Amino acid sequence: MFSLDFSPLLPYWPTFLLGAWLTLKMTCVAVFFGLILGMAVAFAKRAKVPVVSRLCIVYVEAVRNTPFLVQIFLLYFGLASIGLRMPTFAAAALAMTINIGAYAAEIIRAGLESVPRGQIEAAECLGLPKWRIGWHVMLQPSIEKVYPALTSQFLLMMQASAIASQISAEELTAVANTVQSDTFRSLETYIVVAALYLALSLLIKLIAWAIGEHVFKRRRAIRLAAKRAGKTPPDQQRIDTVIPGGAA
Amino acid sequence: MSGGFTYSHLVYLVQSIGWTLVLSALAFVLGGIGGFAVMLARISPRRWLARAALVFIEAIQGIPLLILLFIVYFGLSVYGYQVPALVAAGMALMVYSSAYLGDIWRGCIEAMPKPQWEAAECLSLSRWQSLRLVIIPQAMRLALPPTVGFLVQLIKMTSLASVIGFIELTRAGQIINNSIFQPFLIFGLVGVFYFLLCYPLSRWSQSMENKLNVSNR
Repeated sequence: MFSLDFSPLLPYWPTFLLGAWLTLKMTCVAVFFGLILGMAVAFAKRAKVPVVSRLCIVYVEAVRNTPFLVQIFLLYFGLASIGLRMPTFAAAALAMTINIGAYAAEIIRAGLESVPRGQIEAAECLGLPKWRIGWHVMLQPSIEKVYPALTSQFLLMMQASAIASQISAEELTAVANTVQSDTFRSLETYIVVAALYLALSLLIKLIAWAIGEHVFKRRRAIRLAAKRAGKTPPDQQRIDTVIPGGAA
Repeated sequence: MSGGFTYSHLVYLVQSIGWTLVLSALAFVLGGIGGFAVMLARISPRRWLARAALVFIEAIQGIPLLILLFIVYFGLSVYGYQVPALVAAGMALMVYSSAYLGDIWRGCIEAMPKPQWEAAECLSLSRWQSLRLVIIPQAMRLALPPTVGFLVQLIKMTSLASVIGFIELTRAGQIINNSIFQPFLIFGLVGVFYFLLCYPLSRWSQSMENKLNVSNR
């Protein structure tokens, strides 16, 4: 009878931690650039030039309707076949950026669409320059509104980064694959890694919550005011149920 | 030997779509059953049951499917069950999708107005009867778009089964690529096939969603 034995894994804990750190790093890089890409695409989708908005639609739909595994293969092996070899970490981060950009674009677009027409017109009447309308009137409130959907998308992306192990990019899952072939303790290794991923998701949730509290001061003010008035705060998260998430 | 991409390669790819569909259907049906059970547990008046379902959902949603797949695959084999890759992949996908579907459906059930439950109770329907006859038929309308949306996710996720050696679309692409090394063409083609499977479903889900939103506003 087989019984779980975690002791052979003890010497490997620095390796596991390193893997978790690499996963976190990869996710942060991809989220940062993916968010910028997503914002750009969300605005470009509203562009009056049909070619631009059409291209953005093609990009978003192509990414959203194909598996991440195929995207990463296409990018890594495809670019290698035309002579452009890049390190696996860069390839994985690039694939994740492209992936996250499409999902973020779709989420932010939903936010932009929920900005009332009147507010934009009012801003125009006040003579605000175009970029200030885009940034202050449209983007900031819509990010605030779709923030929960965005963070859960980033969380899914962190999990999808496990797929990067398939092009042997160094991260948590790849580390696990190495450890299990060293120790022949496959089940235990993957249980440990599953626990580490769980811890990472909790960590990311915590960070996202802290950033949300810090950045969106209005949300805190509304909640405080509602508490003082003895009412429950208004539910403004309706919008995140509209967008089906998911990466992979 | 590095020949070109031939007709027989294409046939091989197209045939492997069948296995992708089989695995998706298997995972969706099993996951649907599991998801229904999770949803029932999640809305149960028994606190410990609801709590357990919540922990299950949170745990599964925090673990990548790839790791889940490895745990099921290696877990079964170290206990002496040599199962085909299809079974291992199906089981991992079932666990994964039952957590997500359970969560989606719980949201739809809870979106139903409270008076519906109360009215059903006044008609002296039992809890199960009111769920079956009153709540679920109405919640179905709400649940269909996100469920179809999840089905798209599921089809894409079956690509991960290639990792444990199940020959579906992605694995077939890898095999062909290993012999002729034309990654742009082959993975591009694989991507196109996935797109053809997923895009109609995405559109359908989206259009249902839009219809719902119009009637709710």
